[in-house]
Amino acid sequence: MSALHRHRTDALPEEPPASAPRAAAPLLRVEGLSREFGGVLAVADLSFTIAAGTVHSIIGPNGAGKTTLFNLITGVYRPSGGRVLFDGRDVTGMAPYRLAALGLSRTFQNLQIFMNMTAVENVMVGRHRHLDTRLLPALLRLPSLVRRDHAAADRAAELMRAVGLERYVGTDAASMPYGALKRLEIARALAAEPKLLLLDEPAAGLNATEKKEIGAVIRRIADTGITVVLVEHDMKMVMGLSDHILALNYGRKLAEGRPEEVARDPDVVAAYLGSHG
Amino acid sequence: MTHRLLGLGLLAVVLALLPLGLPNNFYLDMAILAGLNAIVCVGLNLLVGFAGQVSLGHAGFFGIGAYATAVLVSTHKWPALLALAAGALLSAVIAFAVARPILRLKGHYLAMATLGIGIIISIVLRTETRITGGPDGMIVDPLNVFGFEVYGERVWYWVVAGLLLVTVWLALNLIDSPVGRALRALHGSEVAAETLGVDTARFKAMVFVLSAVFASVAGSLFAHYAGLITPAKADFLKSVELVTMVVFGGMASTFGAVVGAAILTVLPQLLTVFQDYQHMMLGLILMLTMVFMPKGLLPTLAGLVQARTSLGGRR
Ligand SMILES: Nc1ncnc2c1ncn2[C@@H]1O[C@H](COP(=O)(O)OP(=O)(O)OP(=O)(O)O)[C@@H](O)[C@H]1O
Ligand SMILES: [Mg+2]
Repeated sequence: MSALHRHRTDALPEEPPASAPRAAAPLLRVEGLSREFGGVLAVADLSFTIAAGTVHSIIGPNGAGKTTLFNLITGVYRPSGGRVLFDGRDVTGMAPYRLAALGLSRTFQNLQIFMNMTAVENVMVGRHRHLDTRLLPALLRLPSLVRRDHAAADRAAELMRAVGLERYVGTDAASMPYGALKRLEIARALAAEPKLLLLDEPAAGLNATEKKEIGAVIRRIADTGITVVLVEHDMKMVMGLSDHILALNYGRKLAEGRPEEVARDPDVVAAYLGSHG
Repeated sequence: MTHRLLGLGLLAVVLALLPLGLPNNFYLDMAILAGLNAIVCVGLNLLVGFAGQVSLGHAGFFGIGAYATAVLVSTHKWPALLALAAGALLSAVIAFAVARPILRLKGHYLAMATLGIGIIISIVLRTETRITGGPDGMIVDPLNVFGFEVYGERVWYWVVAGLLLVTVWLALNLIDSPVGRALRALHGSEVAAETLGVDTARFKAMVFVLSAVFASVAGSLFAHYAGLITPAKADFLKSVELVTMVVFGGMASTFGAVVGAAILTVLPQLLTVFQDYQHMMLGLILMLTMVFMPKGLLPTLAGLVQARTSLGGRR
C-alpha cells in the first residue's frame, strides 16, 4: 500500500471533490468504435468517455465485446471504424508499445505471463520504457545501466509487495499458482506507471478470499490516482469498486451510469438473465 | 549476479586447463573448431533460445564473414582486422535489411524465410566464381594482427578461447539487462511485451543483427585458421548443424550453447559412424533432444542436480 502511494503522490493532482463536474477533459474518449470479425461486429459503433481518477467498469455477458474493446483501446487490434482519444490525443490504430509510452497499461483475461522469466523479472519488463534499452550499454554492462537496473529491481519488488506477492520475488513465474499470476500481471502493469490501467477479469478463477484481496488491491490502486477500467463478471466486486458502469451486449452499449442505476436497468437485467438462464 | 560470473570463471578455468589434457595438435584443432562454433552458437542462442525466433540461415552469415576475409585479405591485401570488421558490417547490413520483413513471420514461415536467406547467400558464394572461386573455394592468408602472425594450433587456441570468453561475457551481460528482458519477454508473450512498451520489431531486428555479427566474426577467423574456405561452410546443412548444437546444448542457456557446440563438433571427429552419416546423425540428435530432453542437455542436467540436492536436503 505504501509503495503504491509513494510512487504516485508526486504525480497526484489535487483531486476534485466527487460532486465537481468532470466533463472538462476525459482521460479516454471512444467515438463510434467498431470492430468486425468475419462479418460479425464484436464492437459496434460504441461511444463513451472515461473521466480521470475514476474506477470505470465494463460489464456484459460472455461475448459482449469487452476484451475486444480492450484490444482496440490498447492497439492490439485495429478498429474497423471510429476513433480512440487518449489524454486528448487521437491514438486510433497506434501500436501498443507507443500507447504504453503514453501511459496505457493492461492485464489480460487469459494470462500473458512471461513464463520463461522470474516473477520479479516479469515486473521489471513493466519498467521497460523507463530504462536504458540500447544494445551497446547492455552488452558492456555499463555501470549507469546497472545502477538503473538495480533501482528497477527494487521498485519491482516493492510493487510485488504492494499486491501481496513478496514471497515470490525470485520465483520462476512458471512455478507460481494461478492466483499469484493474476496479481503478478497487475504488478507488472503498474510498473509501467500508467495513467490508465485496464484490468480484464482480474478476479476470474479466484476463490472468495482471493477475490476480496484483489478488490482491495484495485481500491488502493485507484486511491493513488490511477484511472482504472475494470472488466469483471463478479458483480459484487463491480458494484463495490465502480464510480461508473458501462454495460455492453453484442458489442453495443446497453446502459451506462452510476452503479445503482445500471444494476436496476431493465435491459441489463434482461441480458444477464438471458445469458445465465 | 555472482552466479553469472561464477559460470564465466568456470569456463575460463576449463579453457585454461584444457590444452594440458590434449595430447596433440589433432585435439587442439578440434578444440579450436569447437570454440569457433561455440561463438556462433552463443550468438544464435540469443536469437533462438532467448528471443524465440528460429533461424535456419545463420551459416550464411558465417560464410559472409569468411568470404569477406578471404576476398579482402587474400585478393585485396586489406589488414585482417579491417576485413573482419567489413565482413561483420556487411552481415549486419544484410541482417538488418531482411530482419523487419522476415521477423514479422512466425514459426514455420520464419524458418522458411531464414532458410531462403541462407540458401541465397550460399548460391551467391557458389556462383560468383570470379570473386569467390566458386565451389572450389578460396585459399586464405594467415591471420596477421599488427604485424604479429597467428600461426600454429597452440596460438590459435588461445585466440579462440579468449574470444569465446568475451562472447560469453557479452551474452551474459545482455541477457541480464533491459534488452535481454525485452527479448525474453517477446518470447514469453509478444502481446504482453508490446503492451508494456517493448517495440518487439526493433528488438527482434536487434538480436538478429547481433547474432549475425557473431557468426560473421567466427567465419572470418575460421577462414584464416583453416586457410581454405568453401561454400559448404555457408550452406543449409551447416545452418542445421548450428541450430542442432543450440537445441542439444540447451535453448536459453548460454553455457548450454557452448557445451552443445563442443560436443557436436568433437563427436563427428571421434566417431567415424558419425562422420559417414553426419546429416542423419544430426537429424537424429535433433529429434531425440526434442522428444526426450526438450530443454537441452545443460538445463536438464542442472535440473537433475537440483532435484537431487533438494531431495537430499529434505532427508
Ligand atoms: N480474434 C478474433 N477473431 C474472431 N472473432 C473474435 C476474435 N476476438 C473476439 N471475437 C469475437 O468477438 C466477440 C466478442 O468477444 P470478446 O472476447 O470481446 O467478448 P467478451 O465480452 O470479452 O467475453 P467474455 O466475457 O467471455 O470474456 C465474440 O463473438 C468473439 O467470438
Ligand atoms: Mg473477455
